[in-house]
Parts: sequence; structure tokens; C-alpha cells
Amino acid sequence: MKDNRLISVQDLKVYFRSNATTARAVDGVTFEVDREETVCLVGESGCGKTVTALSILGLVPVPPGDIAGGRILFKGQGLLDLDDNNMQSIRGNHIAMVFQEPLTSLNPVFTIGDQISEAISIHKNIDTGTQRERCVQLLRDVGIAAPEQRLNDYPHQLSGGQRQRVMIAMALACDPELIIADEPTTALDVTVQDQILRLFKYIQKTRAMSILYITHDLGVVTHIADRVYVMYSGVIAEQGFTSQIFNHAKHPYTRGLLASLPSRSKRGKRLYSIPGSVPDPAHKPEGCPFHPRCPHAIPSCWSEYPQMCDYGEGHLARCPVLFEKTKKTIDDK
Amino acid sequence: METRHTPQNIILKVEDLKKYFPIRRGFFQNIRGWIKAVDGVSFEIERGKTLGLVGESGCGKTTVAWLILKLLKMDEGRIIFRDTEISELSEKEMKPYRQEMQMVFQDPYGSLNPRMTVGQSIEEGLSILGIKSRKKRKEHLKKLLEMVGMSTNSSDRYPHEFSGGQRQRIGIARALSVEPSLVICDEPISALDVSIQAQIINLLKDLQDQLELSYLFISHDLNVIGYLCTTISVMYKGLIVESASAEALFSHPYHPYTISLLSAIPDPESSVKKEVKLPARDFSDTLIPPDGCNYQGRCPMDEPRCGQEDLIFTEVEKDHFVRCWKVPKNNV
Repeated sequence: MKDNRLISVQDLKVYFRSNATTARAVDGVTFEVDREETVCLVGESGCGKTVTALSILGLVPVPPGDIAGGRILFKGQGLLDLDDNNMQSIRGNHIAMVFQEPLTSLNPVFTIGDQISEAISIHKNIDTGTQRERCVQLLRDVGIAAPEQRLNDYPHQLSGGQRQRVMIAMALACDPELIIADEPTTALDVTVQDQILRLFKYIQKTRAMSILYITHDLGVVTHIADRVYVMYSGVIAEQGFTSQIFNHAKHPYTRGLLASLPSRSKRGKRLYSIPGSVPDPAHKPEGCPFHPRCPHAIPSCWSEYPQMCDYGEGHLARCPVLFEKTKKTIDDK
Repeated sequence: METRHTPQNIILKVEDLKKYFPIRRGFFQNIRGWIKAVDGVSFEIERGKTLGLVGESGCGKTTVAWLILKLLKMDEGRIIFRDTEISELSEKEMKPYRQEMQMVFQDPYGSLNPRMTVGQSIEEGLSILGIKSRKKRKEHLKKLLEMVGMSTNSSDRYPHEFSGGQRQRIGIARALSVEPSLVICDEPISALDVSIQAQIINLLKDLQDQLELSYLFISHDLNVIGYLCTTISVMYKGLIVESASAEALFSHPYHPYTISLLSAIPDPESSVKKEVKLPARDFSDTLIPPDGCNYQGRCPMDEPRCGQEDLIFTEVEKDHFVRCWKVPKNNV
């Protein structure tokens, strides 16, 4: 079982310090991604999901950022201890990233052929002819029509969906074992989003890769994820297999999010809405970070930091209050 | 100009609205072509009801909103508000109608003046309404803030002190300050956090019930549209391709574009993962659509006939219109 683990993040803490305050963006996050698995990290803006992804690749700017604690093990190797050179050989080669906004992450003054072959030439020592062939093959794999001609196009000549396909082709260039995709479909239309999600599933299947998919959209999660981690205010609130999270959510935040999603079947009924708003990472509430918005909060939630409660079969939720309640109902039965 | 009779319960009627933008190229900025942003759009909104306008980015939904509010000059068409045609009115004659039609914008960060307090922003509308007495204005302001669920002491604070959801509430209060009967909501929740979206949707719904507002709700999110709207018009490249009641559209869509939109909805209620198919085709967009159907090239049911036939908006069932010749026409 141990060999199957690709990456494991243990109690990661990333703080951003300024003169007056410390923003605890990531505050003790633990998760794993196994081989050939698609894992989703879901959360609202400001919950620390992007910072988590950036710290895996060693891209958090220090200072103001500060990796305050924790470990990141990639195939057993600690990534946080590596120097820049060694990190460089992992970044892009073993772990690649696809960003949210393809137009700003592609260089406007180089052709897409140049940019994909750059990714290859940094890590692999092969001649330009082979590089070109490989670029064409990659573009074909990600579903770009007439790839030979497209190689000489500049990013502005492509549509949003095509740009994201090029980004994915770049990420695939060195056959990485893990792709981190940070909200790759947020800027796209629904129909294009559907195509890109299918593409992710397709490459995941054909190349036997792992994907860490970061999103705020619960709908997307059901499309693509094997397992889900729900993040709230820098911590994992709940984790489990997709069906566990969507059908038997155990954390009040997850439950609230699911209940608040509008859909056709809820027509005429009032939507549940979580009161209040996401806490500022620099001024988090004491105790459970969700307690000011939680309908189940009891006095102990105000002071005690909640522990992860194990519901079995890999389903965990950070809410002892609901855990006690479910245990009671099981005991009563 | 003849004024056609509109039934009492129709608040806004748009007929054959057109707006083309020129494509200018070269040193002399010669016009090389036209982008048909809105190419003959017609719809009606009933009093107290919500019309949803769905479509992907660039299909012309926002242009439609701007044309209705006359923030952009239309090229052709008629806009009838209640019984009056407003498309030809001058700025001065338009003023009373501007009060009746208000807009809630997508970006709550960009649509509030950062140098004005929330109170000043909202009061601006009240003074336009003609409330001269300061005391009365303050009372009104208090009522508006309460209506949108904000504390009354927020009126002396500046927009940057509020979160996105709160700013959107302020934007709504501002729109409501002149007591409109039609509110155009252009993607009002897409910039907000997931847990905040439901708050704003509920607020919009409550206000509709309280004030008998009519909404033109523009969105690309079919989950929201399906939840909120009475009737839905699906827009594609400047044209409405299908229009029906929400129930009819979701239960039996006819147009291939609507079908593809509906099947692309990420639906959190079905936890069954969709099967993996080959990577979907890459549909490159062409700026200038060919003759005939504008969905050619992306349509899975493409045929040579699609390029020749001039398409008409056909009623396939009662109040269910589709712009595709393949749809059976005999079940009306």
C-alpha cells in the first residue's frame, strides 16, 4: 500500500508575515495523492488551496511567505529540504502545473511550439527535430486540430479552450507523474469546460498519471474526482471518496455548501445559505474556524480546536459535535 | 409609428433587436467587416417574472442588456416598455424610463465608486427620484439597507470595507433606490464565493416577492437559471436559438446547442461519474458565421442543408420556440 503513495503532505503550515499581522493561509494541511488517482481540493477563495499547491512546487515567495512547518514527501523524498537545483529537476519533470488563466501564463511573444519545446529542452537532452515531433504529438494528444500549423501560432491566435489545451500539452511534455491543476476551467465556458474535464480524464487514464485538481466548483468535483478534500480557512474540514462527500457529508460546512447550491430540482424552495462570510486569514476566530457560521456550534467550539473524526473507509471530518451526534443515533438503534 | 397593443402583464417587449460592431483594420481604419453581436433578438418579460438569458461568453447577452438600457445605441429593432416604445426617445424623454429599469452588475468591486460612502452612493439615486428633504432621504436609505440585509450603520463606510457579497447587496440597494419595476441582473453572482451566492439568490427572490419586480437574469450558469427563472432564452452568437418555460427547456430541449449546454452542466446531484470518452473535438471559432444556421461547424447533426436554409424561429410546442429546421413542427 505504501508504494502506491505518490505524494503526501503532512501538517503543512504556510504563513504570510507582514509588519503587523501574520496571515495563516495554510494552517496544518495533511493529504495524500496515490498513483493514478484524481484528488480534488475544494474550497472558496482565500481558503489556502492555491498556496498549498504552490508550496508543493516550491513556488511560494519567501519572504513574505514562510513555510512554518510540516513535510511534503514526493515518492518518499522530502521536497521542502531540496535546494533550488534539485527542486528544478522535479518541477515540470515529475510534477507539472496547469494554471487558471491560460492567457497570462503563456508568453505572448513566443509561438506555442517554442514554449512547449522549452519545457522539453530544460529536462530532456534531445535534438530540435525530435522536439518538434514530440510537440506535434503532444498537441495531437490534447485534441488540437492541425497541430503542425498550430505550432507556429502565438497565444493570442488561439481561443480560451485551445490555450488551456496548450497549457496541458506543456504540462504533459516531460511525462510527469503528478499534474497539479489550479482552477483550470474557471475562465472557460461550460461547454468548453466539459471538453477540458474530459481531456483531463482521458490523459489520466491513458498515461496512468495522478491529478491534484484544485477548484471551488462542487459540480466539477463530481465530474472528475476519486477522492475529495474540502478546505476551509487553511485546514482540511472533511475528506473522503466523492460519493461519501456528496451523499453523506459529515461536516457542517460541506453540508451547508451542498445545500446552498441552486439547481432545477430546488425550484420554489428557499435555498439554504451559510450566514456570514469566509474569515480573514489574518484574523481567524479562536477554536473551530467555522464556528461563527455554524448552526451546530456549542460553547466548546469557541475555544477548542476540533480534531479529525474518523467515520471509517477513509471518510474523515473535523467536527466532533456532529460525530458525537451520529454515534449517539447509532448507539440508540 | 404605429403602437401595437401589448397585454397589461407584459412589462418589457423586445423586437428584432440588432447591433453590429465594425471590424476596423489597417492604417485608415477601414471597415473590413461586421461582428453581429446581436442579430435579431426578440423576447417578452412578464410583470413579476424572471426571464433567464443563457449563453457562453461573447454570445451577446450583455450587449442585449446595454441596448435595452440604451447605454448602447441599437442599429435596428424596437423596445417596448409597458405600452411605450422607448427605442426612439431622446435622452430627456428617456429619463422617467431609466428609473423604471435598473441594472445590477457582475463585478461588485468595480461598480461602486470607491470615493463615495455607501450612503452617498445610494442617496444619489434618491435625489434623482426627487426626494429633496435630507431627513426623508436618510429614512429611505435606512429602509433600503434593511431591505438588502445590511446594518444601517454601514452607510458611513466606504466600499473597500465590505466583502464581495456585501458589496453586491449595496449594488442591489442602489438599483432599488429609484423604485424600478424591471431589474437587469448581469451575472450578479458569478464573482462571488460559493457560500455567498445562495445568500444573494435568496435576497433577489425575496425582493421580487416583496416589490413585484421583474428580472432579466443574464447568466452562463444553468443551475442558477434553472432554479430562478420562469422562462429561459438560450442565446448563441447573437441569436436566440431556443426559448421556453424553464420546465419545458430542461425536460425536453430541442436545439442541439441547448442539448450540449445541458449535458455540460456539472451537476453535483448526480455523483455518478460520466464515462470517459475520447478527447472532445476542438471547435475553433470563426468570427464571421457562414450562411444559414450559425451553429454550423459545432453542431453534431450538421448537414449540407444547414448552410442553405434560412432559419425561422418555429413554435414546436406551445410557447416553446426553436431555431433549427430539424425539429419536428407538427406537434403544436
